[in-house]
Amino acid sequence: MTTEAPPRHEQPSEKQLERVTIRFAGDSGDGMQLTGTQFTRTAAAFGNDISTLPDFPAEIRAPAGSLPGVSGFQLSFSSTEIYTPGDAPDVLVAMNPAALKANLGELPAGGALIVNEDAFTAQNLQKVSYAANPLTDGSLKQWNVFAVPISTLNSRALEGLGLTNKQVDLTKNFFALGLMFWLYERDMAGTTKWIDDKFSKRPEIAEANKRALKAGYNFGETTEIFHERYIVPPAKLSPGHYRNITGNEATALGFVAASKLAGRDLFYGSYPITPASDILHQLAGYKNFGVKTFQAEDEIAAIGAAIGASYGGAMGMTASSGPGIALKSEALGLAIMVELPLVVVDVQRAGPSTGMPTKNEQADLLQVLYGRNSDSPVPVVAPATPAECFTLAVEAWRLALKYMTPVVYLSDAFLATGAEPWRIPDFEDLPSIAVANRTEREGFWPYLRDEATLARPWAVPGTPGLEHRIGGLEKADISGNVSYDPDNHHRMQLLRQAKIAGIANDIPPLDVFGPAEGDLLVLGWGSTYGAIRSAVERLQGKGASIAHAHMRYLNPFPANTGDVLKAYKRVLIPEVNLGQLSMLIRARYLIDAVGYNRVRGKPFRIAELEAEAERVLAGGGNLAQRVEVRMAAPRPAAAAVADPPATGDGG
Amino acid sequence: MTETINGAGNGKGAAAELPVLTRKDFVSDQEVRWCPGCGDYSILAQTQKVMPDFGYPKENIVFISGIGCSGRLPYYMNTYGFHTIHGRAPAIATGLKAARPDLMVWVITGDGDALSIGGNHLIHSLRRNVDVRIVMFNNRIYGLTKGQASPTSELGKITKSSPYGTVDFPVSPLAIALAAEATFIARSVDTFTEHMQQTLNAAGHHRGAAFVEVLQNCNIFNDGAHREFTDREVREDRTLMLEHGKPMIFGKDRDKGLRLNGHLPEVVTIGQNGVTEADLLVHDETDALISFMLSHIYWPEFPVPVGVIRRIARPTHDQMLNDQLAQATAARGAGDLKKLLNAGETWTVE
Repeated sequence: MTTEAPPRHEQPSEKQLERVTIRFAGDSGDGMQLTGTQFTRTAAAFGNDISTLPDFPAEIRAPAGSLPGVSGFQLSFSSTEIYTPGDAPDVLVAMNPAALKANLGELPAGGALIVNEDAFTAQNLQKVSYAANPLTDGSLKQWNVFAVPISTLNSRALEGLGLTNKQVDLTKNFFALGLMFWLYERDMAGTTKWIDDKFSKRPEIAEANKRALKAGYNFGETTEIFHERYIVPPAKLSPGHYRNITGNEATALGFVAASKLAGRDLFYGSYPITPASDILHQLAGYKNFGVKTFQAEDEIAAIGAAIGASYGGAMGMTASSGPGIALKSEALGLAIMVELPLVVVDVQRAGPSTGMPTKNEQADLLQVLYGRNSDSPVPVVAPATPAECFTLAVEAWRLALKYMTPVVYLSDAFLATGAEPWRIPDFEDLPSIAVANRTEREGFWPYLRDEATLARPWAVPGTPGLEHRIGGLEKADISGNVSYDPDNHHRMQLLRQAKIAGIANDIPPLDVFGPAEGDLLVLGWGSTYGAIRSAVERLQGKGASIAHAHMRYLNPFPANTGDVLKAYKRVLIPEVNLGQLSMLIRARYLIDAVGYNRVRGKPFRIAELEAEAERVLAGGGNLAQRVEVRMAAPRPAAAAVADPPATGDGG
Repeated sequence: MTETINGAGNGKGAAAELPVLTRKDFVSDQEVRWCPGCGDYSILAQTQKVMPDFGYPKENIVFISGIGCSGRLPYYMNTYGFHTIHGRAPAIATGLKAARPDLMVWVITGDGDALSIGGNHLIHSLRRNVDVRIVMFNNRIYGLTKGQASPTSELGKITKSSPYGTVDFPVSPLAIALAAEATFIARSVDTFTEHMQQTLNAAGHHRGAAFVEVLQNCNIFNDGAHREFTDREVREDRTLMLEHGKPMIFGKDRDKGLRLNGHLPEVVTIGQNGVTEADLLVHDETDALISFMLSHIYWPEFPVPVGVIRRIARPTHDQMLNDQLAQATAARGAGDLKKLLNAGETWTVE
């Protein structure tokens, strides 16, 4: 270890904190996602509750040092149960001026700011229009600034390894990570092992990263710029065996588990699209689980092949994001018509058309419910947290198999890439979802329904004596022959609707956190769970009569939904869309629900929902959201400051 | 791979115990509703006739179709059948075949279904060598929607949608199949009943993606679409019946042939200008250049080639996919869900 920091004379004091939120920010090439992930694993394995928010640009490598190239990773770790990655960071680690500029606005006054001062060169400052160096011009006075020459210290620590300057530079994120490990008294063994595994074939790179990590840690130990270290004790989570998991990981595992539980092979047809592709990548590695993955020529072929697989008796499924779901709509209608089991995953992202592919939104609800020709009902389930993605993936398949229907599984970018601790279930505790193929010839008709579920029989090719034809043309009830009979069509439309509506009796009731009746119910769905739950908890702490209910089933709604809604004077529905669930609830239950709708590509903050709930509790109603129509483009510099660009990933 | 309950069929393995099937076993109870005089009747009849040749029990045979007049064929086959959506039948067949390698899968499509709305799926199912037989009825018109131009309609064709004539050049289906790396490419004609049986038979016995273009007459919207070279009086002089390993001879008197002049084909007459049979091109189904030439020549410049244009052996998509599963299982053991869920760093809360 060679740094210029003099040996420490005084030991730093230790301070215990309940919760800390850190944001790592740097250039796309700086490895911020990796740094954040490593800190997360370490905190999770230590026993903290954690919640994360990766935030990266769609550009793989925007120009180095530019604002669009900034990649960020926010994580919150706590000694108590937490539900969100934190409204704002307590600590911002900024690896260059662009990262500082893009994120500083969200760091509260008094927050800690750790910067790589080596990156604050005249050239880098100029790239993001800093007229003067903010580290020296006094503009950062309201924050607690720790300027560390990370690049210099790191390259000294790696001297003698014979690496190129570029290779050395690529390890500086581990120096920053090591420093954070020291600051929060974390063990480096997990990350050291990860480095050894990752670079097992390139020992010199492994050595470099490990040296960088240790150098960062030792710098904290020896320098005197930090006067305090912080301890965040383990959280008291419910007893069990845990691992850290992202929503997409949990989704993939849930589908593999469903395949085991049903005793059928999984067929996953998919076309690459952000933010759903990781599910394909993960499932492609599970070949010894009987999982067949198929990277199709387009979104339509992906769902088409999945329908073909289900027709053959496998568990056919497909995944995409909003634009791809639009392309799949006609085929989804076919699956509805031929009543075959199928699961369609929509990992929602922001905006119409291409929109903001790496950013979050939950605005595909009406698309998946109604974005098809004619009345064509499908069940829709939506996980609320990354860990819940596992449970609802199994649940989606339970419904698809039992009711012989396609099911839509609505995730989103925040759930997909965010992480939290997951209590690993015992396989024995998971529900049995197996169904049998029809093999009995006697009394077989392709559209003769099960009395209880209204499901039609699953008679797969290869079954002797059950040869029959299905297709997208309207079916005669029972026989399944092509029919243009007017009364038959009306009857079949009602039957298809009744089959899906009947699922309401086979799903858990909508449960409520808080009093069973009162002044205000905050109703949500999907990834807004954490922010709503935290805001409601805070207001309950202040004595408000407020409760939270969160819908995992968007079609059909749980049978008790109307009763729950009517037990409160007011209903507030926050959504990261312009009011989709609100519209459904208002239409169905004739309740004057208040919507809170912000679509900024980001999850809600707890504070904004708390403020909105307080406003509604005080009698506030629906606010018209007016938009000022501008007649001239704002000046570029002003735009950059007002709307900091997304932060992005490194490798 | 997990044990599945995906049906009992075991394909040709069961053939020895099967009762002998006939054409009648493949006729469904549904009334055929194509226009009287439609070429589709003949294609249906020849298809039903060759089905017993393959040794599959009928429950292991699946017909998948898209939209168009051709799309109705599965309803008339007493096998498993799936009438899907416009252009997507090859995609659905790809998934079915991947899940169920034991099945014999046929895709029935038309020139609009396969080459227009479904062009992408056609190309990719062929290049993947999905083990399906794709039979494309080519009548050079949209029949079910009552007579608009199709991707194979001739330039300038006057239809309801093109009263001043089309301004779109037609595509050659066989050339597309070749460019898409199909391992079996053939052409037949609705009225060449025996030839069609031979062609379908060859396609049925091929392992991998088999593409068969059947020139078919739509007597309502495009009557006489192929008449110039398929009418009984002229067909022998205007079509070239291909046989692997045989010289390319045609004509009523078997006196015409195809030879190469430099790299270009030309029609010659045996016995004139010193031409003998030895000068003629010999058909080779595995020769890519011959396949390229045959997929591009057409009446009136040349006789229209019919028969098997290309046939090569390649591993199939479902075979390679399932081999990967078998190899992964052999290398890593059957998947253990408990281990998978508990992978990575875990910790216990008491």
